[in-house]
Amino acid sequence: MIDLLTFFPNGWQHYLQGGLLIGAGVALLFAFTGLVGGMSTVFTSSWSFVFKHPFFQQVRFTESRVWRLVYALGLVAGALLWWTTMGQGATQQTTVPTWQLLIGGFFVGYGARLGNGCTSGHGICGLGSLQLPSLLAVLTFMATAFMTANLIARVLP
Amino acid sequence: MSAPRMTAPALLVTLLAGILFGFGLSLSGMIQPEVVLSFLRFTDFGLMLVMGGAVCVTLLAFKTLPHLMQHPVLGGYFHRHVSLLNRDTLIGAALFGVGWGLSGVCPGPAIAAIGAGNTDVLWALAGIAMGALVQGLRAKP
Repeated sequence: MIDLLTFFPNGWQHYLQGGLLIGAGVALLFAFTGLVGGMSTVFTSSWSFVFKHPFFQQVRFTESRVWRLVYALGLVAGALLWWTTMGQGATQQTTVPTWQLLIGGFFVGYGARLGNGCTSGHGICGLGSLQLPSLLAVLTFMATAFMTANLIARVLP
Repeated sequence: MSAPRMTAPALLVTLLAGILFGFGLSLSGMIQPEVVLSFLRFTDFGLMLVMGGAVCVTLLAFKTLPHLMQHPVLGGYFHRHVSLLNRDTLIGAALFGVGWGLSGVCPGPAIAAIGAGNTDVLWALAGIAMGALVQGLRAKP
């Protein structure tokens, strides 16, 4: 028999529960408003508040920027709710170096917007719609992420 | 995904949906870059359960609701997620993966981490916002 601890040294229940809650959020939004809520678009649509550049002023961004920002605010509120209850307000920090967060973040933002989706857009909503391009996008970013994360772990122990 | 008229009830539901999403991201540890990186380095496969669980519920909703109801509860119509298979999708995904593997952060968790008081992740949030800005400025509308 395979020991679950081999694959899930920190337990598995909270992962599944969290995933089901994420799905419930996407399902709730869809059931009530018909909207499909990936997360990366808010990073483009919010720039439309600031920049008059024609790219950001496209209707798909200006018409969705309010609900996308409200959805993002909900994300912050949901995390705050978790932090103050189950997280017990414990200090949250990361050991990942600042430059990796900043440069990595830049690639995440640029790539997600160029490819029209991220882990929630292609991963959850795209796979949830059985879209082949999204599956290929997921396989592509998983592959480059595996390579990058393991390469970094070797080069910078 | 346009939504020309967002009424107060629609915005309230959107907020609630975000709260569920953000709570789920936090409960599953996805707002901690270390947990994401431990998946990418094959030491903890939890992310598969997070994604699997979320995809199952989403699939069920996307596939059944449009057959069960004529329109969404608050009116309008059921949008569809349309992704295109082209060069930009694949190059974008590849670059996204490089950034994800470098930082352990993706857009949802970068936003949610603010709520859990993880100020370190603000660096990633700033990076993502800059990346989206540069992509927009370089793109043809």
